Amino acid sequence: MNTVSPYVLEAINISKRFGELIALDNVTLKLRAASVHALLGENGAGKSTLVKCIMGYYQPDVGEVLFGDRQQAITQPHDALLLGIGMVYQHFTLIPNMSVAENIILSRPRLPLIIHWRKEMAELKRRMQGMPFQIPLDAPITSLSAGEKQKVEIIKQLLLNTKVLILDEPTSVLTPTEADEVLGKIQTMSREQHLSVLIITHKFREVMNFADEVTVLRKGRYVGSARVDQVSPPILAAMMVGHEIINTPLQRIPTTNPRPLLKIADLKVTDDAGVTALTGLSLSVNSGEIVGIAGVSGNGQRELMQVMAGQRAAHSGSITVNAEAYTASRAQMRRHKFHCLPEEPLRNACVASMSVADNLAFRRFDRPPFAVHNGLLNRKAITQRAKELIHRFAIKTPGPSTPVGNLSGGNVQRTVLARELADEVDVLLVANPCFGLDFGAVADIHQQIMAARNRGTAVLLISEDLDEILELSDRLLVISNGKLVHETTPEHAELTTIGKFMAGH
Amino acid sequence: MNDTGLGFSGVLIAVLGGAVRVGTPFLFVSLGECLTEKSGRINLGLEGNLIMGAMSGYAVAYLSGSPWLGVLVAGTSGMLLGFLHALLCQQQRVNDIAVGIAMMMFGTGLAFYLGKSFIQPVAPRLPAIALGGWSDSAVVRAALDINVLFIIGTLLAVAMAWFFRHAKWGLLLRTVGESRNAALAMGINVHRVRLYATMAGGFLAGVGGSFLSLYYPGSWNEGLSSGQGLMAVALVIFARWNPLYCLYTSLLFGGAAALGPALQSVGVSGGYYLFNAAPYILTLGIMMMTASSQQRCAGMPGELSNV
Ligand SMILES: Nc1ncnc2c1ncn2[C@@H]1O[C@H](COP(=O)(O)OP(=O)(O)OP(=O)(O)O)[C@@H](O)[C@H]1O
Ligand SMILES: [Mg+2]
Repeated sequence: MNTVSPYVLEAINISKRFGELIALDNVTLKLRAASVHALLGENGAGKSTLVKCIMGYYQPDVGEVLFGDRQQAITQPHDALLLGIGMVYQHFTLIPNMSVAENIILSRPRLPLIIHWRKEMAELKRRMQGMPFQIPLDAPITSLSAGEKQKVEIIKQLLLNTKVLILDEPTSVLTPTEADEVLGKIQTMSREQHLSVLIITHKFREVMNFADEVTVLRKGRYVGSARVDQVSPPILAAMMVGHEIINTPLQRIPTTNPRPLLKIADLKVTDDAGVTALTGLSLSVNSGEIVGIAGVSGNGQRELMQVMAGQRAAHSGSITVNAEAYTASRAQMRRHKFHCLPEEPLRNACVASMSVADNLAFRRFDRPPFAVHNGLLNRKAITQRAKELIHRFAIKTPGPSTPVGNLSGGNVQRTVLARELADEVDVLLVANPCFGLDFGAVADIHQQIMAARNRGTAVLLISEDLDEILELSDRLLVISNGKLVHETTPEHAELTTIGKFMAGH
Repeated sequence: MNDTGLGFSGVLIAVLGGAVRVGTPFLFVSLGECLTEKSGRINLGLEGNLIMGAMSGYAVAYLSGSPWLGVLVAGTSGMLLGFLHALLCQQQRVNDIAVGIAMMMFGTGLAFYLGKSFIQPVAPRLPAIALGGWSDSAVVRAALDINVLFIIGTLLAVAMAWFFRHAKWGLLLRTVGESRNAALAMGINVHRVRLYATMAGGFLAGVGGSFLSLYYPGSWNEGLSSGQGLMAVALVIFARWNPLYCLYTSLLFGGAAALGPALQSVGVSGGYYLFNAAPYILTLGIMMMTASSQQRCAGMPGELSNV
């Protein structure tokens, strides 16, 4: 008889193209049973495409997927679910208008014809206790922050008793502590409950600490696989980009005669449910200064960002930019060179079905040279500028006319970054800018933000990644429950103190 | 008390009775629209289904002598129109709204064409349950004749609310309506779910039409509907896509529409036309009161914003 294969899942010689673009070229990936396997690669390397081919979300042009020794025809995600393969997608698949409990129940491959909510809720509550984090089961998804949503996505899969769990950048929006908690739990589950995990991540720390094996892709090609104890981050980084990496440290130039550019005074804001999200927040940011706001997601950061970006009206309080009242109108944004980089850029800063060129033109499409004075658009200028920005910011896209929703996660982020940072900026608002970016892009964006600061831009950086805040900020604030509860500088910062304030003690 | 009726309590009872009578077609069409929209598709053509249902139900009831068979055929004709609507909407680059308007014209036109010969004959009426037997006032008795379709509609509203929350297919239908991508990721056949939802919604609208011709006003002619099919679309928005609210708002609309005639019956005839406009004024008023600039329409299925 044939010997038992050590692999539970094999994707063999997979190729996939999207029109002209070859997203995957003859890629093979083998997932050992009861192990954690990391999949690495730069933004746009084809990682998401590969796992989507495995899940049956895409059909590979060439190649086959073997599941436990046998070739399985996975033609749609439902087949994969029935085989016990579960996936957390890079973009949220939760249904906003439904509750957490409904979303969890819905993910089952076989739903009972009639759902006995009382019984199910009791059961869910019981099983939630074994989960690495707690989310109120009857909260509507709309009321959750990005981090909380990601937690629900993961819990959803963990509750499904899947045999193979595929996670596409599950920790991008989690704080390092949360990420450790989740991955630790997943690692334990793989050992004790025979769970096989394929995890896409950009964080070497997570690969080194939690994975057993790693596969690297570069520009749609297979580069290599290795056991994690035989590689190191520099080796992995070199495999990802194809050459040695030289790190240039951030240059912080001392600011000469700073003046307050952005002032927020006693800002009170309510969230969608009418609950107070910000309880009288005040801060000011000087020119040539980066002020970082650290905090656990869901403590008012999202509402703050929305008010500044004009997506939400403040209840009371005032915002002044350049000593003038600011109400987030287009004219004011233009006059004060006020730019924003919100979280979840595909939702908050892009129109997914419009082209990269159009999305890049949002700030200035109605001004010359993009609009002629009779109100008509100059398509040629728009495309020309898009080409320039695509080149300058290294956006990987089939072309300027591709819908921005088709780009890889990291390239959507770059597109928005290109739009917001290409021109001169006086005030820059940034939220979780490196969510989902590869190490090269993170370094790149940090350089860009620092360069803007050095040119005299006032930067307000809201991030759930404390390391990022410590690295970039001149001044650091901690937000908790809609209030700023702590202020310090990176030099004087004590992690335990910050942690305590973040946790709300 | 005067001999024209029972004064204000009389007006009240007449309005209540009218609410049920006028509200029933609203109820069926809005439930149908609610079901369709929950699956992420708008069917503006339900006015066509309504009129087609009225005509075919009347014709079959007249020919067979059974009003219930008429109701069934009315529903089926609506279902067929729904099928056609769904089929058209599934094509690439087709817009729900445009198809809906075309289907409305088509259904109405077809009904007028086929229904020419049924304008004169008298078909049997649908039965009602007399809850007003205790009273010796004719007004009260007439008002409390509760038609069976209304009772069915009420049960249906409750059943639908339950279905959306407790039944597997209810949850899947909502998923399709909320997020096409999430549904695809779950392996749900989006087209098929929408097809069934549109057909079922079309059926209900057809039944609503048969009420018009077989109960109240209770005959077939070309001026039978006064836009109930279109109003129902607004009504669903107003009911926040909740079947139970559909029931309440249908009654509210019905009651408002019955206000004018009821007042007239007690001798208040000033402002008759103004009172007839009550349902429309009511719609506008409540929409403005409940609208909020802070958040988008609560309860709206996510996919509708992409239509
Ligand atoms: N549906 C699509 N249509 C056209 N091009 C696509 C589509 N999906 C992905 N691509 C392209 O395929 C390439 C690989 O994308 P993929 O999402 O797999 O990258 P990734 O490795 O997951 O990157 P990231 O780390 O940024 O998420 C990208 O260049 C992307 O623009
Ligand atoms: Mg990806």
